[in-house]
Formats: sequence, structure tokens, C-alpha cells
Amino acid sequence: MEEYSKPVPMTKKFLTPGVIILLILAINGLIFLAIRFFWGLGAVTNLDNQHPWGIWIAVDVAVGVALAAGGFTTAALGHIMHQDKYEVVIRPALLTAMLGYTFVAIGVCIDLGRYYLIWHPMLPSMWNGNSALFEVGLCVMAYLTVLYIEFLPIVTERFIGKMRLPGFLSALNNPIDRFLKFLDNKLAKTMFIFIILGVVLSCLHQSSLGTVMIIAGPKMHPLWQTPILPLLFLLSAISVGFPMVIIESLIASRSFGLKPEIEVLSQLARMLGPLLGIYLAFKIGDIFIREAFIYFQEISLESVMFIIELLIGVIIPMCIFFSQKALRSPGLLFTGSIMVVLGIVINRINAYLISYTPLYAVKSYFPSIGEISVTLGLTAIAVLMYRIFVKIFPVISIPDKSLLPKTKYEIKGIS
Amino acid sequence: MSKQNRRDFLKVATALATSSITAGSARAAPENILSEDRSGVLIDTTVCIGCRKCEYACKIAHDISTEGPESYTDRSVFENKRRPDDQNLTVVNTYKNDDGSENPISVKVQCMHCDEPACLSACIVGAFYKRENGAVIWDESKCIGCRYCLVACPFQIPAYEYQKALEARVVKCDWCNERQKENKLPACVEICPVEAMTFGKRSVLLEIARDKITANPDRYIDHIYGESEVGGTSWLYLAGKDFQDFDFPKLGTKSAPDLSEAIQHGVFAYFVPPIALYAVLGGVMWIKKNNKNSEEE
Repeated sequence: MEEYSKPVPMTKKFLTPGVIILLILAINGLIFLAIRFFWGLGAVTNLDNQHPWGIWIAVDVAVGVALAAGGFTTAALGHIMHQDKYEVVIRPALLTAMLGYTFVAIGVCIDLGRYYLIWHPMLPSMWNGNSALFEVGLCVMAYLTVLYIEFLPIVTERFIGKMRLPGFLSALNNPIDRFLKFLDNKLAKTMFIFIILGVVLSCLHQSSLGTVMIIAGPKMHPLWQTPILPLLFLLSAISVGFPMVIIESLIASRSFGLKPEIEVLSQLARMLGPLLGIYLAFKIGDIFIREAFIYFQEISLESVMFIIELLIGVIIPMCIFFSQKALRSPGLLFTGSIMVVLGIVINRINAYLISYTPLYAVKSYFPSIGEISVTLGLTAIAVLMYRIFVKIFPVISIPDKSLLPKTKYEIKGIS
Repeated sequence: MSKQNRRDFLKVATALATSSITAGSARAAPENILSEDRSGVLIDTTVCIGCRKCEYACKIAHDISTEGPESYTDRSVFENKRRPDDQNLTVVNTYKNDDGSENPISVKVQCMHCDEPACLSACIVGAFYKRENGAVIWDESKCIGCRYCLVACPFQIPAYEYQKALEARVVKCDWCNERQKENKLPACVEICPVEAMTFGKRSVLLEIARDKITANPDRYIDHIYGESEVGGTSWLYLAGKDFQDFDFPKLGTKSAPDLSEAIQHGVFAYFVPPIALYAVLGGVMWIKKNNKNSEEE
């Protein structure tokens, strides 16, 4: 890949109509966030004693973690399996994972009633090995650290030999440069530890997010309440990693006017048919073994949502990705990937909210305007951060200088 | 990968594996001590008259603001079914008596103080503990307000102070922990004018309950709610008809955290599965790297 494409900072202008919409969503979310922090969860959310968790957990945390799975799946493929051709998608996926998990952590903080004590799970005196949520918490903290470490080489690459601090700070240029070189050197030697660790931590907490709901027992609908829920969560997270990468890559190439990396993307998509097939087999096998299919006899919110989740998220995209024609078409790749992502969003909402029936609810839960605003706002900020990061750091690969019209791009990242 | 790098790889990988194994053996989950002599309370719903004095006493015992005892004679509150919340650690609901009598059946609700509590197992920071007498207590100093206990509780008992921006608490019956430490009866048990509640050793209470059922087979159904539900609870109920008619959840005999703990302990058995996964991935990475290097040579 090195020969004809290289990650560089993007140089397109920042403020576009899309960005302005994102900014408005972000500000709207921040306003509701302020209300939440000054007047408590009750002032903004529709949560009550019967519905202790809403979309801030189901979407901001559960969906957020799942959609950031591209980080560990591409790392496993590119670094551990040494499939170098996937090099071009690793950095964008890493950035998504890093930002995704950062916002998961922020999302947790927002939902925690006593957020200022969020560091408690780190104290061994408060460890509770029986708690699936404890494991998720520690793994996410650890994995977030690993992601930051994995991103560091991109930071050093950006600044080594380019430290240009102004004025009296210029004296620092040399020491910082030497420090960055030292860091880069040490990181290169030890990075494999963190890459493997990242994959292990991901497998652990992706599955444990499923275990989390198991303790709800009969309060959870039998269509989702299964002992293999952790396995299903892990399999679906692995399946959604590449679709996220495909979507990002296609959007980024459109947004920055680049040619889509269709070769690499169709290679990734080729794996999705079998991956979704395995997930589907477990999902359906589970329903049959537990004889939960009796719940399809009646038309209820649960049975309909289960079928939507499987059809949109698994069966239709699986058919798309098994077709040779679709693998060559950016449009179909995009459609299939979007469906997988949507399917995971629905699946996590199903598992955390739809399937959860409290014993004594007098009304059902629907997210408030405030909850939706905060979730949208956080998502908008995450997307904006992504845009800022690809402008500062060499994340997105573009074909080499010689292959491009010289006036269109100013290439900074190549030394 | 150069020879030097390969040696580094092995060195670091070994060091990492060793350190995680030692970390693994040092880690201990909070233990659940169940005393043979643990206490219990037996509630006879056929005796309760729904006077709600227990609700009043509970509030006084827990410093929750309340109107005077006379306000509790208002029976209009029974029009809706109520649940314990952050202001009411216990509530009494009434149900129509279908044996023809005018008197409704009154059922007091509070934390059941499970033998194997789901809240305790679920809590991310171990903020619940179980006293040897059976009481399940929430520890304000640890709680981070995640409300996973509310999700986990099979009886839907813990409540949360959603209206508070800071220092919001998880609130539930603590079985008058402070009073019990002073060898006083729980406030609700003490005030009950008809002795619908009996405080004592759980094993003795079960005997009493069984005797009552045998002596009055017309009065009681043959079921002590809490004897085996979710592995047993400290608070036990007797009733004249099926407990589901009184909105009690129908629960199995397995403890609520049974399955989730089995999964967690399976995945983390002495940290073997995660370390094995790490080792396998490391091995694959090494082999693939070598293959690639030899291809290039």
C-alpha cells in the first residue's frame, strides 16, 4: 500500500451545511445536558423506578460500544493476521473507536447519578467480580487507554520534524521533537502488546454487555433472554465492525472528494456474508432450542421488533453481501452496511429497552425530548470531532501525489 | 521483525502473562455470608387490616417527613396500587376479597432481603452488603448511581432519587438496620397492632408458617412465599389465595444472579480464558509476521 497511498491530513474546508446542522444539534444537546447536571436526571429524562435505564444506556453506551467495534476487528485483521492490504482502513477505524469509546465514557458519566464517583470501580476495595457491569466498566476504561496508546504513533508522525512553536516557546521545539522520536521508537517496539490487548479487552466487554441484561431474569422477554446473549452480542459486534468501516470510508471519500477504496472495501464486505450467517445461525438456533418461537404466534411489540431486527439487520444484508455484483458496487455496499448498522442499533435497543418489562409499570417508557437531544448532540459532537481529527492528523489515506491533480490537494503528511 | 524484536516480544509477553496470573489469584469477589441463625419476618396477609401504621412508623424510623398518624386512616390511597419509592420504603396495598366478605385483603410490600440478592451481585462497585442477620444494606459511600440494582431486582424494590442533581441515593428498606443494631424490633413489626408480622429466626418462622398452614388449611394456601423464591428471602408471606393475585412475581427457585454469575465466573475462571485468548492471538501474530518476513526474503 505504501507505494501508492498514504494517510495524510485532510485539507478541505471545515464549515459546510452538514457541519452547521451538526453544530446546531450539538448546542441543543448541550443545553439539555446543562439542565441534567443542574437539576438532576428527573428534570430531563423519562426515567423512573420502573424504568431505570433509557436510551442514554441503550444507545449512547450499548450501541456506541457495538458501533466502535471496527477498531478491534480491523486491528485483528490488519495487525494480527498481517493482511497489509487493509492498512488503509485501520486508521479511520481506530479513530472511530477512539472517539466512539470516549463518547461512551462521556455517555456513562451523563447517565450516572453520582458521576463524580465514576472512578470507584478502579478501587480494588470496591471490585465486584460477580457483576457483569463491573467487568464492562473496567474493560472499557482499559480499552480506552489502549486506544489512546494505539493512536499515539499517528500523533508522533504528525509532529516529528514539524514542531513549530512560535516565539519564546520555540526553544521547546527541539526537546519536544526528541521526546516524540523517543516515544515513537518505544511505541513501535511495544505496540503489539497493546494491539493484542485491545482485541482481548474488546472480546471481553462486547460479550459482557450481553451478560449485563441476563440478571434481569423474567423481566426480560424470552426472545432475548438467553444464556448465549453474551455470545450473540460478541458475534453481532464482530459483524458490525466492517460495515462501520465501509460506511465511514465511503462517506469520507465522498466528503473529501476522493476515489472510494472499492478494492479493499469489497474484500471486507466479502467476509460479511459468512459473519452474518454465523450470527443468524446462532440467533435462530437459540430461538429453536429454547422453543421461544411460540412468542411469534402473537403479534406484539416484541415479536415484531425481533423480526425487524433480524430482517433488516441480518437476513437482507447477508443476501446483499453474498451477491458478487453487490461487492463491486459502492451503492449496494453502502446500503448493505447501513442495514447491518441499523440492525445492531435496533438489536441493542431491543435487548436493553423493548425486551425489558418492569413488573409494576403504570406507563411504558419512551425517551423524552431531552434524552433524544442529548443523544443526538453527543453523536453530532463525535462526528465533528472525527472531522477535526482527520484534518489535523494523517488518518485518511489518499493516493500518492503523482496520481492526483496537483492543484487540488496540499499534501502535508509525507516526509 | 528482527531477532532482537522477536526476543523482546517473548520477554514482554511472558512478563505480561505472569503479572496477570498473579493479579488473577489476588482478586476476590465479595462473599455472601448466610448465617444459619439469620432472622426473618413472617407476614400473614390474612391478619393484616391495612391500617398503614407500619408506613408511618417506617417514615419516623428513617427520618422521612410525614404527616401525623391520623392522616394514615385515609383509605382513598388504596384506589391505586402503590409501590415503594424514595419517600415510602414500605407500602400497603389492598385487594378485593372474593370470599364474599366486605373486608379487603391487605398486603404490605417492602424489600424481601433475598438470601442471594440480585442487587448485591449486580452492583458495579459492591455497594450492597448482606449482614449476617440477613439484612441487605446499601452503602452510600460506594454507590455511583448507575441504577443497575433497579434493573436486576426480581421484586422491583430499589428506588432512586431522580429529582436530585447531587448525592442522589438508592433507597430501599434496610430492615431498620440501625434499630436492629440496638436490638430493637424493626419499626413496622413493632407498631403493628394486629401482629400481622412476626420477627424471629427464619428457620423458626418457616416452622410456624407450616404449622399455621397445617392447622388452617381453609385459611391458607400451601405456599410460603419467600421460602424458596429466588433461592429464599428473609421476609416470608402467608396468604389465602394465589400470590400472583396480589401482584407478587412468579419466580423460580434459582437465585436471581445464578446464571449471570455462572457466565461471569466461566469467562473469568482464574483469568485463564482471557490469557489463553491473548496467547493465541500473540501466537498467530508472530507466525504471520514470520511468514511475511520469509516471503520478503
